[in-house]
Amino acid sequence: MSHDEFQKHNAKILTPSFVVLLTLTVIGFALIAVRFIWGLGAVSNMSDGYPWGIWITYDVAVGTAIACGGYAMAILIYIRNKMHYHPMIRSAILTSVFGYGLAGFSVMVDVGRPWNSYNFFIPSKWQANSAMFEVALCVMAYTNVLLLEFLPAVLVTLEKTEWRTLQRFMDMLHQRTGIKRPERMDERLDSVKELAAWLKPRLDKVLIFVIVLGITLPTMHQSSLGSLLLIASTKLHPLWHTGFLPLLFLINCMYIGYSIAILESVISSYAFKRPFETRELSGVANIIPWLTVIWLSVVIGDLAWRGQLAAALSFDFYSCFFLLDFSLVAVGSLLLFSGRKRQSVRWLFISAALIVLGGALYRFNVYLIGFNPGKGWHYFPALAELLITVGIVAFEILGYQVLVKILPVLPKLHTREQLDVRQGLAEKA
Amino acid sequence: MGKVDLFPGVNRRDFIKTCMTVSAMLGLPFGMVSKVAAAAQKSDTRPAVIWLHFQECTGCSESLLRSSHPTIANLILDMISLDYHETLMAGSGHQAEKSLHDSMTANKGKYILVVEGAIPTKDNGIYCKVGGKTALESLRKAAEGATAIISIGTCASYGGIQSVGPNPTGAVGVRDIIKDKPIINIPGCPPNPYNFLSTVLYYVTFNKLPDLDNLGRPKFAYGRKIHEHCERRAHFDAGRFAKSYGDPTHAEGYCLYKLGCKGPATYANCSVVRFNDGVAWPVGIGHPCIGCTEPDLLFKTAIADKVQIHEPTPFDSYAPVDLKDKGKGPHPLTTGVIGLAAGAAIGVGAMMAKKLPDGPDKGDDHGKTE
Repeated sequence: MSHDEFQKHNAKILTPSFVVLLTLTVIGFALIAVRFIWGLGAVSNMSDGYPWGIWITYDVAVGTAIACGGYAMAILIYIRNKMHYHPMIRSAILTSVFGYGLAGFSVMVDVGRPWNSYNFFIPSKWQANSAMFEVALCVMAYTNVLLLEFLPAVLVTLEKTEWRTLQRFMDMLHQRTGIKRPERMDERLDSVKELAAWLKPRLDKVLIFVIVLGITLPTMHQSSLGSLLLIASTKLHPLWHTGFLPLLFLINCMYIGYSIAILESVISSYAFKRPFETRELSGVANIIPWLTVIWLSVVIGDLAWRGQLAAALSFDFYSCFFLLDFSLVAVGSLLLFSGRKRQSVRWLFISAALIVLGGALYRFNVYLIGFNPGKGWHYFPALAELLITVGIVAFEILGYQVLVKILPVLPKLHTREQLDVRQGLAEKA
Repeated sequence: MGKVDLFPGVNRRDFIKTCMTVSAMLGLPFGMVSKVAAAAQKSDTRPAVIWLHFQECTGCSESLLRSSHPTIANLILDMISLDYHETLMAGSGHQAEKSLHDSMTANKGKYILVVEGAIPTKDNGIYCKVGGKTALESLRKAAEGATAIISIGTCASYGGIQSVGPNPTGAVGVRDIIKDKPIINIPGCPPNPYNFLSTVLYYVTFNKLPDLDNLGRPKFAYGRKIHEHCERRAHFDAGRFAKSYGDPTHAEGYCLYKLGCKGPATYANCSVVRFNDGVAWPVGIGHPCIGCTEPDLLFKTAIADKVQIHEPTPFDSYAPVDLKDKGKGPHPLTTGVIGLAAGAAIGVGAMMAKKLPDGPDKGDDHGKTE
């Protein structure tokens, strides 16, 4: 584990995509303000029949699965001891930080009486038998663990910083308004640097325990996300309601995690005009089909055991959605069985995208599409409700985009050849 | 039954039957029947009962006499020594007053005082006088030597209709005047005679008062709501209500709640014991319960007023029969936006996939299409 494996991406922060994402974020957060002033009904189509909608389904159920890149990569790197994947970990963890932090934030937007949430911090109010409680506790704890896991990137930067931007800003402020820079400012900034330098080696020593927690917590709550729906036995369609829900959710989050790590790497290399990490990606892609094969077998076996295979092939509303999520995952992983396709960036991208789509659709099916609270109930997200989700996702991408440019997150380009490629790409752009 | 006898002898079979009925109603074990019978049989232990009438309609006494169980009225007279009862006693005038006085002196501290009717208190209680004494005086004097007081009927228990505003005579129940004697309230308009009889026999058998609730009513008779054992309960649970008197829903015997039945708020055993020898009772013949055992209901709420149901035991809602659409479905604008966004995402993804190199990245073919 070395901090030299990472570098920050030297590029402008204010790009067109930055403006677009910022706009979407502002709209989303303005609507969240509306929700807190005029209540849930003002922005959302949720009802007594559908007490959770797109926010829990996407932001929490799917969002945390997509944020499992950090979890999946941590298993690969630290449990299976494949240290050559280590350069990929930081960007995976950064996505996880945003994914989980904002999932928790979405829950606060979603709950009807957020002012009661302080009870969560009073142990006497805990209902320790509740899967919901376990999810909440784990998501909260894991967000903190992720922040700790990401902290070295911040510390390294703080340690080496010369506060150029701040100095320039203070100078400008002085010229424009005549405000003098505070006395002993340099001294204080130096002490921050010293603190970072003091903390970093100590954090490195305990980081392995944090990483262990970071692997345990998602294992717990990702399966609990499945357990949540176990009690809805009369509401969830039998195609999805099974005692294996916790297991299916756990495997599902792992293959989504690896696939999203591939997608993320391909997209950021493409967008930031960096060379693709094909060797690492095809290695990761090698794992996915094994996970999906287990998952697909459990799904099929469970359907056969419960005598629901006919329902799966009846081609009604539920069957179509089931077949869609099943075949997306199946086709995506079938592609990855081919050694040649695993070497191709294009096919890696396509298959990873199919698996993420299929895996996410599975969670949508369980949480929303296959969920029927009784005759007469309808739910479809309102536009404002969707825009809040879009705003939160935009904020995630925006944060990632900005942070990779100010913190060492992306893998360092090692070889002369890679550096030349980078140079060439930059010139072409 | 050759000879005409005003108080025909009770045969043993009827006597034991009545004792058994009473034991069962009190919730006593079967073995207690003999004890009750023994207690009721002993002529020398017959408790003296003095029965005073104040502001009332004599409905409680009538109910007691009209109870059609063949021997019950007689049993009351045989099992207790009813020394003074203005409606029933043969004597009148000074003779009656003397028997009252004699009994009170002879049985001092032992007799049971039964009060029927409310007691006016305004203007020194001049609004009700018997034998030149106000009800207030009579009650205080009779209560002095009583071992326990039974207030029969809602008037004696809580004041009844006389006490309803503006209450011109200042009528109150016994419990508002007598504070130092045990008082058992047997409210009802009229109360079920069996409740009275059971209370008296309980006292005779065990020499103590039965368990009372916070309104002084014996729990064996007033421990549960009428609603809990109502024969129309199934209609209530199924949501079938009589809409108006004479309506087909009324004729079908549907629940009378919407006509103002106070059963869900009234503690009494009418729905189990019933009246007229267990044959009929108001709800059974199609009239809503008026809540006559409850001080806050009878004469305080209109008959047609519905009571709030606080403890709907099995259901608090009914399975909807006509299913309306609930919740909000898709809006064309939303689906349009989603369609555009999904289309754009798939398009961008496809374009990107096309631009990505098909093969291990050597760096130089980045961005080219193949």
